[in-house]
Amino acid sequence: MLAKRIIPCLDVRDGRVVKGTHFVNLRDAGDPVETAQRYDAEGADELVFLDITASSDRRDIVTRMVRAVADKVFIPFTVGGGLRTLEDIQSILRAGADKVSLNTSAVEDPNLITVASRYFGSQCIVVAIDARRNPDSDPENPRWEVTTHGGRITTELEAVEWAREVAGRGAGEILLTSMDRDGTQSGYDNLLNRRVSDTVDIPVIASGGCGTLEHIADAFIHGKASAALAASIFHFGNHTIVEAKRELRARGIPVRLVE
Amino acid sequence: MSDSADTVIIDYGMGNLRSVEKAVAAVGGRPIVSDDPAVILKGERLILPGVGAFGDAMNNLRQGKLIDAIGEAVESGKPLLGLCLGLQLLFSESEEFGRHEGLNLIPGRVVRFSGQGLRVPHVGWNQVENLKPDPLLKDIPEGSYFYFVHSYCVQPESPDDILSLTDYGGKFCSIACRGKVWGAQFHPEKSQDTGKQLLRNFLAL
Repeated sequence: MLAKRIIPCLDVRDGRVVKGTHFVNLRDAGDPVETAQRYDAEGADELVFLDITASSDRRDIVTRMVRAVADKVFIPFTVGGGLRTLEDIQSILRAGADKVSLNTSAVEDPNLITVASRYFGSQCIVVAIDARRNPDSDPENPRWEVTTHGGRITTELEAVEWAREVAGRGAGEILLTSMDRDGTQSGYDNLLNRRVSDTVDIPVIASGGCGTLEHIADAFIHGKASAALAASIFHFGNHTIVEAKRELRARGIPVRLVE
Repeated sequence: MSDSADTVIIDYGMGNLRSVEKAVAAVGGRPIVSDDPAVILKGERLILPGVGAFGDAMNNLRQGKLIDAIGEAVESGKPLLGLCLGLQLLFSESEEFGRHEGLNLIPGRVVRFSGQGLRVPHVGWNQVENLKPDPLLKDIPEGSYFYFVHSYCVQPESPDDILSLTDYGGKFCSIACRGKVWGAQFHPEKSQDTGKQLLRNFLAL
């Protein structure tokens, strides 16, 4: 049976893992290879690296990190952040990443999804959707707006419709982040997760708001997600992946448990 | 070819060759990545990796004059392991983006997953049910998890060519084997310790 996946997310800047909340108060949290190896040993199913490097030689820095991770880590990993062209995508995949995650560039040029999934295969093109509830919409039937640039810019796109479009264009998975919940540790937006999961026939990765092991179970049971992404719950040592998987197994959710 | 290499990873311009190379080296193999038919013919064993579209892959193999080299190596009894798209290429034909002929080393077809409510691609860790003992599966317990990511699966003509099954909206062939040709639909190079064990077994063939 296909296992539900738990995916730790690592923010990286200048080739180092950083920790913080809402992209502020960032502090150095270690070497990406060592961090990835630790999660690999604990039984993480995949890893996501979100790059927030701002310098002009960004591509070289990221490529070097990807190569170092690929040499030592034998589980799949995705790299996202600032990838704008087919060449950007190719350099990351060539360096050893299994998938790339596209966000702002996909919103600005949806054709990039079509071309990249045809060229590299759908299986390595993840589209990240950062969604925020419109506060004026009906809470029972909310409208989620697609945001870009880490939530700073709100677009005209509606998230469920945008999800339908990116799936139709050949994306292999959707990484769906609730910007309302991100950093709050108050639980995933499972109404959002369920709406998108019911709309598309590709896997949906729930993200934003994980604070407890119960939240992860809820993303699968109530959000119908295929995978759950989490950052702080694992980074700050509150819980291990093994604990999370034991909890899921006790609730009858299929997981790959490495013990 | 360097004298020390023993496993040729066939490079035809598609896929994550670096990960396969690193995983083979991690279990004690001496890999070389090559697109040279002469190197392929000199190797002790071959790995055909790959992700992407079937038709593009066959075109690249044809243009690189690799099809005959692979066929000749297999005929001379060298073990071959196809991974993911590499497994699919071993078959007679595929329906991905039109109809395409494959390497025809294992009779059968490549078809798209279909089924009500089935999410495609099939992504993640799924279990492998071993149908019969085989040196490739040595020390790999029944029901082990491997990492899959694919939208198409293989249908061997002969049930004898199916080594393992995996359930995703119905059972499909996750490892095929005919003579000294093996193929796995999953990515052993991304399947942690279990994947490494399978590669170790292949190196011992």
